[in-house]
Amino acid sequence: MTEAVAFYAFAAVAVVASLLVIAQRNPVYSVLLLIASFGALSGLYVLLEAPFVAVIQIIVYAGAIMVLFLFVVMLLNAPHEDTEYDERVHPLLRPGPMRFGASLALLLAGELWWALGRAGDSGRFPAGAVASVGAIGRSLFTDYAFAFEVTSILILVAMVGAVVLARRDPFDRSVVPQLEEEAQVASSFGAGGPAPPENRP
Amino acid sequence: MIPLNYYLILSAVLFSIGTAGVFVRRNLITILLSIEIMLNAVNLTFVAFGRALGSADGQIIVFFVMTVAAAEAAVGLAIVIGLFRHRESLNPATFTSLKW
Repeated sequence: MTEAVAFYAFAAVAVVASLLVIAQRNPVYSVLLLIASFGALSGLYVLLEAPFVAVIQIIVYAGAIMVLFLFVVMLLNAPHEDTEYDERVHPLLRPGPMRFGASLALLLAGELWWALGRAGDSGRFPAGAVASVGAIGRSLFTDYAFAFEVTSILILVAMVGAVVLARRDPFDRSVVPQLEEEAQVASSFGAGGPAPPENRP
Repeated sequence: MIPLNYYLILSAVLFSIGTAGVFVRRNLITILLSIEIMLNAVNLTFVAFGRALGSADGQIIVFFVMTVAAAEAAVGLAIVIGLFRHRESLNPATFTSLKW
């Protein structure tokens, strides 16, 4: 009984917060609502007896990835979406691809609901659950050791890629005067970079 | 005890919300957030099925999905910053240079 109440509460929070994420025009509110949705999903993981996933959901998703999003939203300082259509019009009545996309999403929801509703009430959970972090870690470092190591390469590549992509272009016209000034300052200290002035002949 | 179907239906609803967000919104950051909603819906399915099958594999796959999501968010947001520097806009309709 308690479990059912908790499930419905967490499910309602997750769905409502996710709906509000895509209904907001201000990305800051979207990010904060998505954090609420992730918190509710973390509660659902606890109900599924997966405490490890529940904790890394909070730490990695809500703590790291969403902070990255929030940081970029505030860095870009472009809070409001510029739309060429009337925001108050229902998505199904808007022109072109938006109407197509909205009806496609509704179709997908209906289809999934229908397909899953046909199975009846058969999917009961067995009593024993693998909940210990030790079991997960043992499996991660034996059966999935190769995938785990490849993951570290992926993170490294993503880190280098993000730095290269977000780097300021040295040939950008708006930065060139600043760079020239810096070069002048550096060359005034003699070749080989900014040496202390008292070392000059 | 909540049956497995309920978790799967909830996951399907969340995935549909994410899909709708990708199609309906006209903001690159909100589109990336909708992709995160979809990834989380899939994570919920993995954990629910792993619980139903009594195995830890579902939770391990969720671990990998989160890693890939972190990498995707980092690179995606770097691309968003680069695009915003060029066009001063986050509307995907602005970026048509590669459109034939």
